[in-house]
Amino acid sequence: MATESELQYTSEHEWVLVEGTTATVGITAYAAEKLGDVVFVDLPDVGTSLANGSIVGEIESTKSVGELFAPVDGTVLEKNSAVEDTPELVNSDPLGEGWLIKIEFTELPPLLSFDEYTALLGE
Amino acid sequence: MTDRYSPLNRIHVAAGASFTDFAGWQMPVRYSSDLAEHHAVRTAAGIFDLSHMGEIFVVGPEAADALDYALAGKLSATVVGQAKYSLLLDRTGGIIDDLVVYRTGDDRFMVVANASNREVVAAELLERTSPFECEVFDESDELALIAVQGPRSREILVATDGFAIEGGHPDGRDVGEKLAELKYYRALSGSFRTRPVLIARTGYTGEDGFELYVSPDHAEELWNALTESGTPLGLVPAGLASRDTLRLEAGMPLYGHELGAETFPVQAGLGRVVATATKGDFVGREAVEAGPNPDARTLVGLVAEGKRAARADYEIFASDDSTDVIGVVTSGALSPTLGIPIAMAYVDAAFATPDTVVSIDIRGKRLSYRVTSLPFYRAKKD
Repeated sequence: MATESELQYTSEHEWVLVEGTTATVGITAYAAEKLGDVVFVDLPDVGTSLANGSIVGEIESTKSVGELFAPVDGTVLEKNSAVEDTPELVNSDPLGEGWLIKIEFTELPPLLSFDEYTALLGE
Repeated sequence: MTDRYSPLNRIHVAAGASFTDFAGWQMPVRYSSDLAEHHAVRTAAGIFDLSHMGEIFVVGPEAADALDYALAGKLSATVVGQAKYSLLLDRTGGIIDDLVVYRTGDDRFMVVANASNREVVAAELLERTSPFECEVFDESDELALIAVQGPRSREILVATDGFAIEGGHPDGRDVGEKLAELKYYRALSGSFRTRPVLIARTGYTGEDGFELYVSPDHAEELWNALTESGTPLGLVPAGLASRDTLRLEAGMPLYGHELGAETFPVQAGLGRVVATATKGDFVGREAVEAGPNPDARTLVGLVAEGKRAARADYEIFASDDSTDVIGVVTSGALSPTLGIPIAMAYVDAAFATPDTVVSIDIRGKRLSYRVTSLPFYRAKKD
């Protein structure tokens, strides 16, 4: 598991871990905290092709519904079935066991560094 | 914009609460987990800060008659120490606010209003009661409200040193007995460490529980004492997120969701709250007697299978392949206690019969919901 300073971020409060041509995606601790207790996660199936910026899933808490945006163009390599069975992993370990999907991508769009993301939260 | 803070704000910050703006107040939405707080209230107890609620007093020899005219219920029929759920109606029969009214003396009533409606309720009461011999005081800033809710609530109050009941033993040795005798929707005047407190057996969670009205400068001491004695019994601080799922399971309406200026009481299942048969003129009487259109929508409970929950404002259709909108969701969540999606909704009269199946558009996917009677959850009586 990467530390938060090694991850990249989007303005939609998602984190992205880039390893080769694979991007692992989850929501940030800030986003998890804002949502409250996550009770249901709806993730795209393996093989689904995703367009950067499109809504590809849902993270639902008792209070509200958060949308999962694709942070890159690509294809779903894997979804975290553990988080589908145990949605509270998103709250207990958002940057680790609470990861959501892995995407095989061809080109990486510009993402935010930890410092840039932190600055965004401060606004 | 948040510019009001509860007298308990310091405690919430120290407890690590997340906050939300509620009618201009910064209030705790959760402390750690809204699900854990919800379950604690169902199985043990939770302590809530409700100091944002409005408390408006109507006092005078004609206070009871004045409220009979101003509100939907017959307040003159209450006895001292009784609480009554009531409505402030407008002249067209719409609901300005829902209220709990406590009769705290022969000539004295405390009207508890939703925070967002405090000003309008105070203004309406002042105007409507002006022909009567009584006065209206908005004491909202002079009262904090702490609720202890859950099956162990009474035990927790009894375990907390410092309560005494008016007319009872000054050392409080009879508090346990008095609280055991206190019925639902009744209140006792008393003291906590010599300062006045109104102890009401009321709440908004569907569980046994108490609501305690105290002065703001005394609220911290009471909160801390209840927390200290309650923690070993399973008491946790609980925020507004859990309060909302608790009241939804209990089928209790929330102003702004199930109730509003466009809603007649009878549509919300609150016809019984309006005392048309037993009292004289009151504001909204003519409109309520005329009633809404015969095909007006009515409030129902809805349940589904799975985990995807319909939320407020989602449209309801006659069937999965129909585009006829026959209703709208007013509140919805995955029920923490029942584990299924539940919702309250207004539907056309033709679809309001229990077991009718309707279809809800849940963010692009249709899901079948079944009409059911309210509440979804009822506490076991001990």
